[in-house]
Amino acid sequence: MSYNLKKKTEICCYHCGESCSEGVFSLGDKNFCCAGCKAVFEILYSKDLCNYYNIDEKAGIKLKDSVSVRKFDYLDDENIKKKLIEFTDKKLSSVSFKIPGIHCSSCIWLLEKLYKLNEGILSSKVNFLKKNISIVFDNTKVSLKDIVIILTSIGYEPLINLDESEQDTGIKSSFNKSLITKIGIAGFCMGNIMLFSFPEYFGLNIKSDNSLRQIFNYLNLILSLPVLFYCSSDYFKSAFNGLKNKFLNIDFPISLGLAAMFVRSLYEILIFGNAGFSDSLAGLVFLLLLGKLFQNKTYETLNFERDYRSYLPISVSVKKSGNLKSVPVINLKTGDRIVIRNNEIIPADSILFSGTGNIDYSFVTGESFPEQKVLGEIIYAGGRHFGGAIELEIVRTVSQSYLTQLWNDKAFEKKKQTDFNNITNQVSRYFTVVILLIAIASAVYWLPVDINLALNAFTTVLIIACPCALALTAPFALGNAVRIFGRNKFYLKNSGVVEELSAADAIVFDKTGTITNSRDVSIKFTGSALKLCEQAMVKSLVKNSTHPLSRLIYESIDISDTFNVKDFSETVSEGISGTVEGNIIKLGSLSFLLESLDYGYENLKNEITKSAFTTNVFLSIDNQIKGFFSFNNKYRDGLSKVVSELNENYELSLISGDNNSEKSNLKKIFTEDNNLLFNQTPQDKLNYIKALQANGSNVIMIGDGLNDAGALKQSNTGISVSEDITNFSPASDALIDASVFYKLNSFLKFSKHTIAIIKICFVISFIYNVIGLYLASQGTFSPLIAAVLMPINSISIILIVIGATNFSAKKLKLK
Amino acid sequence: MNVLILLIGVSLFVAVCFLIGFIWSVKTGQYEDKYTPSVRILLDDEFDNNINNTKNNNEVNNHEKV
Repeated sequence: MSYNLKKKTEICCYHCGESCSEGVFSLGDKNFCCAGCKAVFEILYSKDLCNYYNIDEKAGIKLKDSVSVRKFDYLDDENIKKKLIEFTDKKLSSVSFKIPGIHCSSCIWLLEKLYKLNEGILSSKVNFLKKNISIVFDNTKVSLKDIVIILTSIGYEPLINLDESEQDTGIKSSFNKSLITKIGIAGFCMGNIMLFSFPEYFGLNIKSDNSLRQIFNYLNLILSLPVLFYCSSDYFKSAFNGLKNKFLNIDFPISLGLAAMFVRSLYEILIFGNAGFSDSLAGLVFLLLLGKLFQNKTYETLNFERDYRSYLPISVSVKKSGNLKSVPVINLKTGDRIVIRNNEIIPADSILFSGTGNIDYSFVTGESFPEQKVLGEIIYAGGRHFGGAIELEIVRTVSQSYLTQLWNDKAFEKKKQTDFNNITNQVSRYFTVVILLIAIASAVYWLPVDINLALNAFTTVLIIACPCALALTAPFALGNAVRIFGRNKFYLKNSGVVEELSAADAIVFDKTGTITNSRDVSIKFTGSALKLCEQAMVKSLVKNSTHPLSRLIYESIDISDTFNVKDFSETVSEGISGTVEGNIIKLGSLSFLLESLDYGYENLKNEITKSAFTTNVFLSIDNQIKGFFSFNNKYRDGLSKVVSELNENYELSLISGDNNSEKSNLKKIFTEDNNLLFNQTPQDKLNYIKALQANGSNVIMIGDGLNDAGALKQSNTGISVSEDITNFSPASDALIDASVFYKLNSFLKFSKHTIAIIKICFVISFIYNVIGLYLASQGTFSPLIAAVLMPINSISIILIVIGATNFSAKKLKLK
Repeated sequence: MNVLILLIGVSLFVAVCFLIGFIWSVKTGQYEDKYTPSVRILLDDEFDNNINNTKNNNEVNNHEKV
């Protein structure tokens, strides 16, 4: 027998640029990898939009599945429409969608030309960073559903979610707007006040014309009004709120200092005609606000608040008296019959009614390989189905399902309150008391001499001690740390997480998808080595099956030619068989093959017992066992190194929802004293974290799936690992890209360094304050000295903080 | 010295105009998307008539120039 077996040659798809591994679809001189890509090209070609391919080459997005139009029927539901449409009147409506597929300038170009695809669409505007598109359309000509279908047909399927946390909240953007306005006004006032103060700074002799000097002073006073009453209003509010809760936060001494500066300026300028502190006041507020902006680094495309509702589909096909109707999942009732197609997610616990389910639970329970389900078996919500359409009957509604019950735990009610306990406020508690004592003491000291002197001393202490450097240290250090983490693909929800990370002393890992690579499965064939033609025959056989394991075997065999298969048959949960080129080939469980086995089994016995817990698929050719394929999840690169590094400083444990088949392998990576737990339910995981915390540990949970959601929420810092950060990940404090998982130890070290840097800078800023107080006690303190000392103080702290964090990052080999 | 006061008045007035411009730009959301406009401006405008036609026209024009 001689077969002409070629290795694959690469042909790239004109639309999406992926290699055409499963056949080539040609149109003219252009090749496409699938019918979907070709269809998109045809749409664009017919509308004269082929410029799309010129802006960025191979810009297209591969259509994952042929999406049935019926899927979007729920968009005709008035309630859902109301939730999605932002504005509507008799003629015009506007709507915005999140489109994860937006990735290049071609996308912007095409999506802003939507009006060419349908005349009902009036305009569309893309926000690239938010991966967001806002569309204005004529609701008499085109419906919401049509728009979604158009977007889907060109490869940009919008991510529609009714969960409020997913929607673009106006709060964040209005917060940013007002902050930017405040910075602009503070900057404007600061610049102008400084200009008018130049004569003072350089001691220019304008005393001869006292009226000019007065005008400058009055102008300064007027310019400081918006700074005090508008720009710094948040500090006063926060200080007031703190007082109400009997808590002295950092904003209290700041507000006190600002108020003292203003009152003192009023008094100096109006009564004595001297220069005031307006320049220091404006400069300080400007820097403080800049710090606030710097600290508020947010990742607009990422979402840290997702729950099961964003994972489950919005609607599902319900079978009612023979007809299929798309119904929102929240309206599902027990007893409803639903139809689930290939690659769809089961929305609620249900019983399999017809068809065979291949359910991938890796996200829900942590089991690494799909399970086959037969009639009458219960299928839990959250599983993803592969294979032909199945029919299910719902036994529990969405909110009562096995998975979603986890969200009833108390862990999901509490909100983490880090603000009152952050490092700056811890220090300021003592700082404020000390400053107030010094101020009052100096006032009391001077009171018998002169009431004016006493007042002067009191305000001077408050002005000098205004903890600007103190207040600037943490925002700049943490803000810079968040940026450095972000550059290394470790995304924090907010800057407070840096502190939490540095305080941790225990780390808990999930297994499936967290320390294993969910996409990369290693397939090993044990037994007598297969010849090329035998491999080709196996590949031909598995080509006919949709079972996930068959697909894995299919992809693992790197041969392009396949044969025709006769008498193909598939026995559910058992295996497949067929005749290829006259040879009977069987793949499946051992019992499936043993029925008609001649010999060959004895040799393998040892091997089989060794790998008893892994998933095995046996192969026989002409009733002779050749061996078996075993499937193992690959561990992430550098896992053992990360674990051994972390083991020095942290208490490590592993909690997995999967069986303990990997225990022996994991024992090699983890050490004896690490806790390895298997077969854990989501609730078990949550309870385990609670138990650790009860022992006084500060826990980092690292997980990826919905089954880790409770543990992630309960832990002090929840980190979710994601292969693709725009995909669904459960609510957490930080997201780590799977490709940088091996840097975990460096990240944790860096967070510790950052906090150490902040502490050092606190000491430096105290020294500045002491110098200032010394100068004041010598009676040499004047507005001029304040104007020099304060910016030097603040700016030097900012430079030290940023320089030191960058240096530390470099030393830890972070970008 | 009166000139100085006048100039200060004028300079403040100009500065306030810029400040108002800045506040307007923030209010109309120009700081919400700091990336897309930079790409959008580089994408060529297309006219609604056929690209081929415009190309041909250009060629004709070139010929005429020669």
